[in-house]
Amino acid sequence: MLRTFRKGGIHPADNKLTEKNPVQILPLPEKVTIPLSQHVGTPAIPVVNRGDKVKVGQLVAKSKGFVSANIHSSVSGKVVKIDSLPDLTGYKKPAVVIEVEGDEWEDSIIQSTDLQKDITLSKDEILEKIRESGIVGLGGAAFPTHVKLILPHGKKADVLIINGVECEPYLTSDHRLMIEYGREMLVGTHILMKVLNVRKAMIGIENNKADAINYLKGISSYLPGIKVYPLEVKYPQGSEKQLIKALTGREVPSRKLPVDVGVIVHNVSTAYAVYEAVQKNKPLINRIVTVSGKSLKNPSNFVVRFGTSVQFLIEAAGGLPENTGKVISGGLMMGKALNSLDVPVIKGMTGILIVPGNETKRKAIEPCIRCSKCVTVCPMGLEPYLLMPLAQNENFYRLENEMVLDCIECGSCSYICPANRPLLDYIKLGKVEVNKIIRERK
Amino acid sequence: MSKLLTVSPSPHIYGKDTTPNLMYGVIIALIPAILASIFYFGWGAVIVISVAVISSVLFEFLIQRFLLQKKTTIQDGSAVITGLLLALCLPSNFPVLLIISGSLFAIGVGKLSFGGLGNNPFNPALVGRVFLFISFPAKMTSWPQAQGFQTQYVDASTGATPLSIIKEGLDKGDSISQLMDKIPTYPQLFIGDTGGSIGEIAAVALILGLVYLLLRKIITWHIPVSIILTVVIFTGILWLVDPSQNADPLFHILSGGILLGAIFMATDYVTSPMTTKGMIAYGISIGILTVVIRRFGSFPEGVQFAILIMNGFVPLINYYIKPKRFGEEVKNG
Repeated sequence: MLRTFRKGGIHPADNKLTEKNPVQILPLPEKVTIPLSQHVGTPAIPVVNRGDKVKVGQLVAKSKGFVSANIHSSVSGKVVKIDSLPDLTGYKKPAVVIEVEGDEWEDSIIQSTDLQKDITLSKDEILEKIRESGIVGLGGAAFPTHVKLILPHGKKADVLIINGVECEPYLTSDHRLMIEYGREMLVGTHILMKVLNVRKAMIGIENNKADAINYLKGISSYLPGIKVYPLEVKYPQGSEKQLIKALTGREVPSRKLPVDVGVIVHNVSTAYAVYEAVQKNKPLINRIVTVSGKSLKNPSNFVVRFGTSVQFLIEAAGGLPENTGKVISGGLMMGKALNSLDVPVIKGMTGILIVPGNETKRKAIEPCIRCSKCVTVCPMGLEPYLLMPLAQNENFYRLENEMVLDCIECGSCSYICPANRPLLDYIKLGKVEVNKIIRERK
Repeated sequence: MSKLLTVSPSPHIYGKDTTPNLMYGVIIALIPAILASIFYFGWGAVIVISVAVISSVLFEFLIQRFLLQKKTTIQDGSAVITGLLLALCLPSNFPVLLIISGSLFAIGVGKLSFGGLGNNPFNPALVGRVFLFISFPAKMTSWPQAQGFQTQYVDASTGATPLSIIKEGLDKGDSISQLMDKIPTYPQLFIGDTGGSIGEIAAVALILGLVYLLLRKIITWHIPVSIILTVVIFTGILWLVDPSQNADPLFHILSGGILLGAIFMATDYVTSPMTTKGMIAYGISIGILTVVIRRFGSFPEGVQFAILIMNGFVPLINYYIKPKRFGEEVKNG
């Protein structure tokens, strides 16, 4: 019996078109637009000026406050603009535009690809290195990694979970990383274990990635403390709370953090970024992005420098198909629909998915037949059929009591609804309003 | 950049279930019961089923189109189900005009007066059935003997159902062992060789329907299993206490409308609870009420009333019985 979480979940077709495509290095674009807020928390403050020459890996913006992250130049060249420019959300946010000239790296970065196994730095030095390198959670949430590594006072973790689940359809960036950079990822895992002072690391991977499971099992068998766990394929297993439940049986209480049950979760790509930062002195300047979709000519996995435009990325995968309706950043279940292709690739971008126009039209909303499928699939034990009308009728106090804030926005309810009801749309709206009320109460 | 992109909140893909899909799934699950009814009651069953289905769909169309003047929803298949379920709990010699009046009541009062599909608190087919039962009790309790296509539609030779034989016998002072000789054997009850409404008699056909509903994940096991188990346990206790006055559990399950009710009527989406815990509470209550009515009430059968009564409690069940929230009970280990 494979491990999985028990409550709810759905099985969308996984369509991993690019799982066998080795990662290719995307050519350098002519210019990059590097947003100063690619993470959860306070935007970084620029430390370069217009006209400055920068190298690959040079700091361009410094983190501000505790929950924030440094931003480094992903290319070498000249800073041509520091301005507010549209990001993924469509809103204008401060960004640094750099015109690419050559590809000159900071001298401190070790560019050789030799595996560097020995961890020589102390716990504090590692933590400082991770903070300096601007690493954030690369599974999509983009929460600054060093913040997650400094445990709140009095809290103790005994298990590190490395998230290689990748339960979203189409996405394969983590899958390819585990196969092509598995050894480095495991060293990264050891580094994280050292920082957190835990002896046990569990790597959770869904069973549809048998090659990655076998490979990692093979190369990790002699490593103390690290174990690979195949998981039953079920969405949303990549969600932190569901993965902790699947692997350890522990349930993170409502509105608490994983550390409250002694667990810290990091993504496989984050573990790899930690390896690069600590062992190779390389700040976070690129990542693997899956570009996929059934209508796309060459679905691929690319290593992309941050700031490269989505347009450039799609061109490299064969160009935007004529019949495209939506371009999604992230997965089809939780990703964001872009309103323009002239936006930059950022740290949290796991994939770019192309959806044909005929699949983007929502069907007419029908009356709820109370089939209770939304209740059955909700992994958090909520009742979406009830939350939607409560949000529509602005009954926010009842909404709070029905625990709307526990919703992880996985979209399983909207996915399953036979009457095409926009359950999650209204639940999200309700969450915003309830959060407002809670803030006012303080 | 001239291409306009569609922007919408996630998710960006959807499952394949649609309301009509699920409704037609229920209709498919009813096919074995329909075939069994025609096998046992011949033309009578054909007439009752066709009239009930056609009149239900027609009334839904006419009322929505001309009285409510809104979009008609007959294509979703729910009116067909109402007609089918109403037909399946009628005798095979039931007069056409009365069937039509039952359909009108079921669709007009039971369903559309509350706002149509999704809003009716009571199962429309049962509303129609109880309306007919109360208005025309004699017609609703004359059960033709099953003789296949030999069964007459008018002037059929009628007989009592096993449940009424037991009920009346006990009232006269006979003991169960005497009465058991007068009813069909259990294998006969299982395949449907007995008296009763056209759809309730063949247990095997109804169970086939249940298997289909479960395999296609149209319903979950909670409601049918909790009803049937409760009836088995409750009648089992009564039987163990006094076997001379109480029939055994297997008899109770195989006779009357328990299987039809538990599998197809209590599981109606709109009128049953939303959480698994709620479904089990609802199922247990229906089971208990059914046995209480059968054993202590004045009617031989009680499952329809039990379901209607519990339909009334569904909003309360949904309000008080909540699913177990994730992280509600912290287990660390």
